[in-house]
Amino acid sequence: MDGTAPLFRMEGISKRYGGVRALEKAELTVTAGSIHAILGENGAGKSTLIKIMAGVVAPDEGRMTLDGSEVTFASPAAANQSGIVCIFQELSLIPELSVADNIVISNPPKRFGMIDRKAQRKIAEEALARAGASDIHPRALVKDLPLSRRQMVEIAKALARKPRILILDEATSALTAADVARVFEVLKRLRSEGLALLYISHRMNEIAELADHCTVFRNGRNVASYPAGSKSDNEVVELMIGREYSHIFPPKPASAPAAATVLEARNLSWADRLDNISLSVRAGEVVGLGGLDGQGQRELLLAFFGVLRGLRGEVLIDGRPVSIASPTAASHGRIGMALIPEDRKTEGLMLPMTVRENLSFAALDRLSKAGIIDRAAEQRLIDDMVGLLAIKTAGLDIPVGALSGGNQQKVVIAKWLMRQPRIILLNDPTRGIDVGTKQELYQLMRKLADAGAAILFYSTDYDELIGCCDRVLVLYDGAVKRELVGAGLTEHALIASALNIHGDDVRIGQGEHA
Amino acid sequence: MKDWRYRLAEQRGTLLAFGIFIVMFAIYSGNHPAGFTANVVQTAANKGVLLAFVAMAQTLVVITAGIDLSVGMIFTLTNCMASWLVVGTGLETAFGVLAVLGTGLICGAVNGAIVIYGRLQPIVTTIATGAVYFGLALLLRPVPGGSVNEDLADFLTGRFFGVVPASLVALLVIVLVVWVPFSRSELGRAAYAAGSSETAAYMSGVPIRRGKLLAYTLAGLLAAIGGLFLTFFTYTGEAAYASGNAYTLFSIAAVVLGGVSLFGGKGSAIGAIFGALAFRTIGDLLFVFDFDPLWQPLFQGVILLIAVSLGAFALFRVRNRLEWFL
Repeated sequence: MDGTAPLFRMEGISKRYGGVRALEKAELTVTAGSIHAILGENGAGKSTLIKIMAGVVAPDEGRMTLDGSEVTFASPAAANQSGIVCIFQELSLIPELSVADNIVISNPPKRFGMIDRKAQRKIAEEALARAGASDIHPRALVKDLPLSRRQMVEIAKALARKPRILILDEATSALTAADVARVFEVLKRLRSEGLALLYISHRMNEIAELADHCTVFRNGRNVASYPAGSKSDNEVVELMIGREYSHIFPPKPASAPAAATVLEARNLSWADRLDNISLSVRAGEVVGLGGLDGQGQRELLLAFFGVLRGLRGEVLIDGRPVSIASPTAASHGRIGMALIPEDRKTEGLMLPMTVRENLSFAALDRLSKAGIIDRAAEQRLIDDMVGLLAIKTAGLDIPVGALSGGNQQKVVIAKWLMRQPRIILLNDPTRGIDVGTKQELYQLMRKLADAGAAILFYSTDYDELIGCCDRVLVLYDGAVKRELVGAGLTEHALIASALNIHGDDVRIGQGEHA
Repeated sequence: MKDWRYRLAEQRGTLLAFGIFIVMFAIYSGNHPAGFTANVVQTAANKGVLLAFVAMAQTLVVITAGIDLSVGMIFTLTNCMASWLVVGTGLETAFGVLAVLGTGLICGAVNGAIVIYGRLQPIVTTIATGAVYFGLALLLRPVPGGSVNEDLADFLTGRFFGVVPASLVALLVIVLVVWVPFSRSELGRAAYAAGSSETAAYMSGVPIRRGKLLAYTLAGLLAAIGGLFLTFFTYTGEAAYASGNAYTLFSIAAVVLGGVSLFGGKGSAIGAIFGALAFRTIGDLLFVFDFDPLWQPLFQGVILLIAVSLGAFALFRVRNRLEWFL
């Protein structure tokens, strides 16, 4: 173990998902006894990279070498056997099994062909202690543990497999500050024991404290590699930005409209996901929700739409407090709210049913007289919507699952527009759809706003937020950290506040580039 | 420190089923004209173990988040087969028993292979294979008939030392030989893991396919053991469609009563055994209280409804309504 020879190398790795390029000739070198940080925006290719390393997906091209000899991994188990263990962002624990069962799951200790429960208990206790989580009982069921404890179990599970390369993908995102400190101590000890650690995080302060080496990814490529501490936060943000493409966005109204506030939240909190959020949206306004993925944006939209129980704080419609108990209540009557969901396949559409049926679902009550659907009125409204959104379909009576992703998304939107909503919540509606359709959606959004709708728009694409929104609220850890308006709404400011970097830093950066 | 609490929580479903059964059986034997005698226990045991074996079979598949609607038909098929083969000299009988159990294994393995490698839904697969198994049973026994080695049958349905019902001992042996090793093996745990969260299990490198295949195969074996015992009790084979279907449905009821989650990943065959015994006792209760037998299905249904409703209480704690549908 002389530290200078690379332990693991990836060369010319490419991966496509359908037409989308996730990785393009990416390179990565990992050395033993060091912590290597991987940085990049949402969708820069980090997740795909580590999935390839961990044997979850196979690369389209490129080679990987471990100790100088070429390797391929057919499954996560194969990668584990070679000593590469990954702690995934979406947890890989089995909810109905106990902590100890989970820790030894991939290679349980055996005696006479059966699992040796005493040995298992011992391994689990050791692993938990090594991860600094001896407070977790090995017999507890994983599903009964809070998220932060589960993440500690996940770390213990990885350690029990005696890895040579340990990958942590946002492994600290759900941890409490005290846990983070303990995990850092563990990671530093592992480094001194000669392990190679890959650390993926959006938290710049964590990277500053931990990493020896950093690699920045952008658009599926590694764009820079440098020793930790040799670049300022600002320079790193610059490296992460810099997309080659841009979209055509409709012009924004010159000044903020003075219309009445339609949707308002006061001190909204829910479980540990939403933290004291206050915001307001006026008629004719497009307000963006920014920040890293999973900072509570989705929950905020669900809260407005009546899906969450045990909400604290107030929601006001037209200045009057309301209590919205279900999506039905949210979409009916004078509230008139619509939510375009993030996952159109499960929350937006009934894929095997026809385009016509899908379009009408949300508006059936408006189209019916005494419970009987007025077919003529339905047809008129559907024709209007197909025209308005330019939905390309071979007919109204084919399954909606047969349409392209972009057209499916249009159907989801049209379905809600049939109710003529006054408040429109959009949950990352352009994910996975083509650029042409995206542009149409941007135009439509502005058109709806101009017609008086109040729009709350969450997107993981910063360009979109800048191009479409009058203002953007940046969420971090379930709280609104910053509001960006007008000239202050720049990509730089968005990324910096999404990473929760100190604001002063960012302003200096803007000055340099002005 | 709190070790025993976790142990208790692990066994809660099983203990609850045990409790329900004990209460019911106490009421039953307390009101039985003959009282709590070896004879009453033996009769109850012989009726109960049939459903217990089929419920154990169902448990194995339900743990993997599947469902096996063919268990009752495997039970019927192996009954018909045993009425041909489990006869004659000791050696011939032994061969017959092995053939019957082997058939059960094959039926279960076929179910598993279609579900796992053919990627068909368990419910559809087992409806279809169940029909096939019943068809074979009908070919074997177009009309009820056949016989069985009566020495063996009487031995396994009688009493040991004049008090212990032999069928209960047989059930215990099967639990020790089939269920305990399965639940403690790596593949058994893989079956649980696959039922609880298949993606997480895959990501953790768990042998999901082998675990599930083993669960389905052993389910076939257990259903065949049930079929064998049916032959020991009745001395004949009969391709009875209604009875096969009833066993399938009752096995699901028994599994639910026994604290096994239909969503998979949770529960024990021992719980399902008590669920089966409790379910059988419901019928017997009507008998001791002199109810018209016509009331039995209604009464059984109501008890089952109450029992399964207990499981839905957790929904009141859900804070994100979308989780209702997961």
